[in-house]
Amino acid sequence: MIPVLERTMVAPNIHNLRLQAPDVARSAKPGQFVILQAEEDGERIPLTISDWDAEKGDITVVFMQVGATTGKLALLKAGDSIPTAAGPLGNPMELGNFGTVICVGGCYGIASIYPIARALKEMNNRVICVVEARSSFLFYWQEKLRKTSDEMIFITRDGSLGRRGHINNLGSIIPSIKGGVDRVIINGCNYVMMRGCEETRPLGIKTIVSLNTLMIDGTGMCGVCRVTVNGSNKFACVDGPHFDGHEVNWDELSSRRQAYLREETVTLRTSAPEKER
Amino acid sequence: MNLQRVEMSKQKPEVRRQNFDEVAFGYTPEEAMAEASRCLDCKKPGCVGNCPVEVNIPDFIRCIKAGDFAEGIRIIRQKNCLPAVTGRVCPQEEQCEGGCVFAKRGGQIAIGRLERFLADWEASQGINTGSIKKPRPTGRKVAVIGGGPAGLTVAGDLIQLGHQVTVYEALHKVGGVLVYGIPEFRLPKRIVRREVDYLTSLGVEMVTSYVVGKTRTVDSLLEEYDAIFVGSGAGLPWFMEIPGNNLNGVYSANEYLTRMNLMKGYTFPSVQTPIKQHHRVAVIGGGNVAMDCARTALRLGAEAHIVYRRSRQELPARLEEVENAEEEGVIFDFLTLPLACLGNENSWVTGLSCQKMELGEPDASGRRSPVAIPGSEFVMPVDAIIYAIGNSPNPLIPSTTPGLAIGRKGNIEAEEATGKTSKARVWAGGDVVTGAATVILAMGAGRKAARAIHRYLQTLEEE
Ligand SMILES: Cc1cc2nc3c(=O)[nH]c(=O)nc-3n(C[C@H](O)[C@H](O)[C@H](O)COP(=O)(O)OP(=O)(O)OC[C@H]3O[C@@H](n4cnc5c(N)ncnc54)[C@H](O)[C@@H]3O)c2cc1C
Ligand SMILES: Cc1cc2nc3c(=O)[nH]c(=O)nc-3n(C[C@H](O)[C@H](O)[C@H](O)COP(=O)(O)OP(=O)(O)OC[C@H]3O[C@@H](n4cnc5c(N)ncnc54)[C@H](O)[C@@H]3O)c2cc1C
Ligand code: SF4
Ligand code: SF4
Ligand code: FES
Ligand SMILES: [Mg+2]
Repeated sequence: MIPVLERTMVAPNIHNLRLQAPDVARSAKPGQFVILQAEEDGERIPLTISDWDAEKGDITVVFMQVGATTGKLALLKAGDSIPTAAGPLGNPMELGNFGTVICVGGCYGIASIYPIARALKEMNNRVICVVEARSSFLFYWQEKLRKTSDEMIFITRDGSLGRRGHINNLGSIIPSIKGGVDRVIINGCNYVMMRGCEETRPLGIKTIVSLNTLMIDGTGMCGVCRVTVNGSNKFACVDGPHFDGHEVNWDELSSRRQAYLREETVTLRTSAPEKER
Repeated sequence: MNLQRVEMSKQKPEVRRQNFDEVAFGYTPEEAMAEASRCLDCKKPGCVGNCPVEVNIPDFIRCIKAGDFAEGIRIIRQKNCLPAVTGRVCPQEEQCEGGCVFAKRGGQIAIGRLERFLADWEASQGINTGSIKKPRPTGRKVAVIGGGPAGLTVAGDLIQLGHQVTVYEALHKVGGVLVYGIPEFRLPKRIVRREVDYLTSLGVEMVTSYVVGKTRTVDSLLEEYDAIFVGSGAGLPWFMEIPGNNLNGVYSANEYLTRMNLMKGYTFPSVQTPIKQHHRVAVIGGGNVAMDCARTALRLGAEAHIVYRRSRQELPARLEEVENAEEEGVIFDFLTLPLACLGNENSWVTGLSCQKMELGEPDASGRRSPVAIPGSEFVMPVDAIIYAIGNSPNPLIPSTTPGLAIGRKGNIEAEEATGKTSKARVWAGGDVVTGAATVILAMGAGRKAARAIHRYLQTLEEE
């Protein structure tokens, strides 16, 4: 069993979950994820390790409450435990001294981009964080991000903070950066990643995305996480989850992700009364 | 010579195709004794040599005859630590029963059923005759990677020799294919759980959700343990190289069976694992895995097809399972080769494009290989396609363990007699060495490796 150390809502519908998982914390690298279960016999879902403390032996995931399993996770409190947190899975993000790197985060990606930005900063890159949300009250972890970046740019749909609009702002942000941009890394929902890649493609800037496929085991055993990248078949959990966004078949990805849309709302409905018990 | 096997009663096909309960009920004591009484107790029994772990078959059958079931199961357990499992899933027709003197004339002794009978009897008594006196602790520590039949055998053998054993399992339940692959109706999960609980009661530590190579490497474990056994199985699924594999509704057998078994999808929506209600399912392949997928799909209300490019005779699945599948109404499309998965504008599967085959001249191996019939292409309308064409070992451990020699097919290379690998203090066995094989072969490999590991640990003690 994995002890829950803390669970707090950091923005509406977005939760911070800190777990005691010493072996995972000791091996975690930026860009890796864990597979969690909210309960015995529940489904297995992947969440990115957004922070960790190898010495204390804890890991932090930040998740958006969207359905049945994240709904159960959102009810946890310190002292509870969950049956499974297996990891760290997936490949770490490729790091190095690239020069100027833009780290883009939307929804849970605001958190999952943080360890990547931190590592890139430690490797002496110029790190510019671009965070995106519907409105300013949906931002979180700003202090953490500010510490790991040379500059922060906000985009809000309603213009309540920073630039107004959505991720397509990237197209005008990049040319405005003096000295140019060597790499873009985008984390968030598939839509943000896909649209972001459309902006960077004409500019010819390498753009890395962290794909969001369905997963079960996260170890290469089931193949449900198949994606087509540069025309060839990959398993996102072991070959990724980070890929060159300009090579991803986004249409296939989004249709595969939605395979269980209807069934997922069934469990949501049937699990609703249980919460009141 | 009495050639009449005592039949084992089963759920009726029209009933069992509606549920996930075990198909066969097992022998009653009277039936078991009647079947046992047919055995000739041969001086040179052909059965024993044909069992990969050489269970002393005539002896345990003699005990059944005499009604001494406790002694019978004790004899089996000397060689086989998972008799309730092997009695159900061993390909007995090729193994023990295939070697029985009766086999040539049909009516071979139902050794598997008798083995199952004793194991189930033991469970019903709430005892486990495998238990021995608590051995003196040796202070030596062994890590077992993978909780399948190979790993569990190693753990059971070494704990009984006084070594400290920890099993590291990637999934959240121990049992390997026995829990994530083989369906409930063929191998009830409570049977596996009982064996695992038994090992725990002997002192084996089970650490689940621990992915060796990721959570910790083999090298790092070697700093803490005296020896390591790798029994990580062959879990990497294959797909045919045909168009349309990434349409929605195309599964690997591993995904399909894991969703249904490990994740209990067949009870959806009472569990969270979402599953699709399919109407017509094509399972590609002809082995046990394919039968399990088709029979699962059928139980969930679909019309289930087995698409196999050769004929019935060449089916690699166990005969008993083929017959069960036929009785339940699985439709077999023999001599049929898939060409492409077809889908609609929403990227959902709508059909499997196929070509008819005929059997050509026998090749060097004597097997008649299938040849495509020109112009015989047709489309099979289906809303799901499941690949059950094989698996190879997962590269996670090989790719993170320097010094471990890997074969051409991604398998770990290990000596057959001992399981010793090219890396010091590391042994391996089961599907990760042989490629996808059988439960009993994995157990046999585990047993040999346990013996070799014990010998090695003893040399340490002498130092
Ligand atoms: C590598 C990776 C890292 C991720 N990291 C994060 C993270 O840090 N924070 C976060 O909020 N989300 C993350 N996600 C997405 C997260 O896994 C899903 O939001 C979650 O599974 C939804 O589960 P649910 O039962 O609450 O919702 P549901 O209503 O069941 O599902 C909502 C949507 O989530 C997706 N989803 C459902 N089940 C799975 C599954 N088993 N595996 C993957 N996706 C699924 C589907 O697209 C589905 O339509 C990550 C996904 C991947 C692949
Ligand atoms: C659907 C199906 C039906 C079958 N039917 C039969 C049958 O009727 N009769 C028969 O004899 N055989 C059958 N088999 C084959 C048989 O199940 C296997 O040969 C046998 O289970 C192999 O045992 P194993 O211990 O080597 O590996 P497995 O049973 O595969 O166990 C390996 C374990 O290691 C774990 N693991 C993998 N990588 C790691 C890692 N990095 N860290 C930690 N743990 C890891 C896996 O999660 C798994 O639990 C069937 C197989 C399948 C898939
Ligand atoms: S272990 Fe398998 S092969 Fe050996 S006697 Fe038992 S059923 Fe037969
Ligand atoms: S070969 Fe057949 S008859 Fe002879 S001992 Fe074995 S099971 Fe009995
Ligand atoms: S999640 Fe199963 S293979 Fe990637
Ligand atoms: Mg869900």
